[in-house]
Amino acid sequence: MSKEPVAVVGIGQTKHVAARRDVSIAGLVREAAQRALQDAELTWADIDAVVIGKAPDFFEGVMMPELYLADALGAVGKPMLRVHTAGSVGGSTALVASNLIAARVHGTVLTLAYEKQSESNAMWGLSLPIPFQQPLLAGAGGFFAPHVRAYMRRTGAPDTVGSLVAYKDRRNALKNPYAHLHEHDITLEKVQASPMLWDPIRYSETCPSSDGACAMVLTDRAGAARSPRPPAWMLGGAMRSEPTMFAGKDCVSPQAGKDCAADVYRQAGIADPRRDIDAVEMYVPFSWYEPMWLENLGFADEGEGWKLTESGVTELDGDLPVNMSGGVLSTNPIGASGMIRFAEAALQVRGQAGEHQVEGARRVLGHAYGGGSQFFSMWLVGAEPPVS
Amino acid sequence: MPEVLKAPLVVEFPFTRSLGPVQSAFLTGLRERVVLGVKTVDGRILVPPVEYDPVTSDDLRDLVEVSPTGTVTTWAWNHEPRRGQPLDTPFAWVLVKLDGADTALLHALDAPGGPESVHTGMRVRVRWAEERSGAITDIACFEPYEGGKDGTRELTGHDGQFADMVTGIVAPARLDYVYSPGRAQSGYINALVERRTVGERCPSCRKVYVPPRGACPTCGVATSEQVEVGPRGTVTTYCIVNIKAKNLDIEVPYVYGHIALDGADLALHGRIGGIPYDQVRMGLRVEPVWTDGGRYPDHYRPTGEPDADYDTYKELV
Repeated sequence: MSKEPVAVVGIGQTKHVAARRDVSIAGLVREAAQRALQDAELTWADIDAVVIGKAPDFFEGVMMPELYLADALGAVGKPMLRVHTAGSVGGSTALVASNLIAARVHGTVLTLAYEKQSESNAMWGLSLPIPFQQPLLAGAGGFFAPHVRAYMRRTGAPDTVGSLVAYKDRRNALKNPYAHLHEHDITLEKVQASPMLWDPIRYSETCPSSDGACAMVLTDRAGAARSPRPPAWMLGGAMRSEPTMFAGKDCVSPQAGKDCAADVYRQAGIADPRRDIDAVEMYVPFSWYEPMWLENLGFADEGEGWKLTESGVTELDGDLPVNMSGGVLSTNPIGASGMIRFAEAALQVRGQAGEHQVEGARRVLGHAYGGGSQFFSMWLVGAEPPVS
Repeated sequence: MPEVLKAPLVVEFPFTRSLGPVQSAFLTGLRERVVLGVKTVDGRILVPPVEYDPVTSDDLRDLVEVSPTGTVTTWAWNHEPRRGQPLDTPFAWVLVKLDGADTALLHALDAPGGPESVHTGMRVRVRWAEERSGAITDIACFEPYEGGKDGTRELTGHDGQFADMVTGIVAPARLDYVYSPGRAQSGYINALVERRTVGERCPSCRKVYVPPRGACPTCGVATSEQVEVGPRGTVTTYCIVNIKAKNLDIEVPYVYGHIALDGADLALHGRIGGIPYDQVRMGLRVEPVWTDGGRYPDHYRPTGEPDADYDTYKELV
């Protein structure tokens, strides 16, 4: 028996900001969930199950927050489950929800991811003082910066490529009312003059710390037929993982990322991603990860990703726009960041991305990664239902 | 079997909570000696109040004031109070249904008469804390109370508004662990005391892991063959850290490097010193610098050898 096709019929986000002091965690997730229900013109009663994701509990210090969020998400009396895959969790959460529909376990599922970073300090949460270990590391930027340098060495990319990505994403964010950073006076010179935090990563090439939530209503073919607005159809979705560190790991272009993308393309019948995919929302917390993932995801040959960025291909009006929403570089409620990629991909193929809409986007990839390039989750969504 | 190391690990952080409208009213109310509940769609009064209806999922904003007296619905005796608990002498954990409420609130009961004096159905009342800030601890505890329940008392609605509303609280959390790095890492750490770096070789893929984890993450088999590596190695990649991290006593800028010790099949992480930070490069040959009493090399410094050719270490980047 073939899988049930999965459609996205509702999308909701909060306005992402540094601190939402006016709401509780429950109030924050509620806001995104209600917007997704409104978009789908559904009520709590129409939802069969709730699948929620967020980054590690240390990021807010609430153990198993999903238990207390059941009331806020209309989950009482329904199945509710939580997904954990570090920074990729927003993507993985949507995929777990989609699997429940594809397997015909449920007809309509609410999926949601969030982070309220203002309640804690992620840098602290990622740098616990483990006994007998030498404390050396300064946050996620310090972890990823050596990999960026390795990419630059491997490909000969000029130093300026990272700043081009940051400048593009921050300008794209100006067209997205939900984005956290709205830097109206951004210039390339300002990005290039910003301080080096973890050389070769500059301040303006890093993501902010945000409070925010993102929700989607996923449904089956019958649910899609009732949708008041055009659905986005899932054409393929996959997750892969590998250890954070092992002998032979390619930290620049991890095998798990390549395998995950290949699986998605196989499901969706994509022979040449560069030709067959119209735009990408990818997880770029540090600007250099755009050219790195362009290669990892098969949009460019090895060593060639930076040339797409440099030549303007990934600009909003380019041939392969990347992070039309402004991306993680402009908005990073960690647990939600992956789901925002997935939801923004869906908005594009529904033609509902507003000012950052890519004209005629028919197939868009949503991508997330997490841990030390350890978890990958991706989906490809289309304007037309899958053929099989 | 060699000694497996153990050490205490304390994880502690003052998390903050923004309260939202309902918890803000509830906690500010406690500061003002007012206990608020919330009315559900089906007419029940929940104390403590919640933001969303547990049955219908509707928004709940209809607050009512309930009595500071109530009835114990169940209890458990706490023989040995621990740090951070409401009382420092033995007490009862109680669920108290306040007069006017339909659900019970968890708190502590000061029962000088001991466990024999506590029973389900006993009448209790709030003992307010002397100093109140808008927290659940504004109720110092409950205490036995002789008065009966006034069944005729009408619940009064409350708009939840007070002067100087409490909108956020600090919720400190502390976890006390005993941490053990396990057999393989203990061996590695103990060898470092003798200024030797010892990894383990996978019996299947033959890769040498430094530090060892006791198993090969690729092959999924246990490792036990010890292999001494280094002391020299090659900087495979690095970054220059210009931002000072909390709890990290290293002057910036410093170089955080990945170092493939000779004989190891993946790089470990260390600080590069003994060279201006802007002269560090991939391929630099380095050796450890030890300080007295240090558990790890303080940093790695250039050996003076010619740089390693990229092709010799590119698989280790």
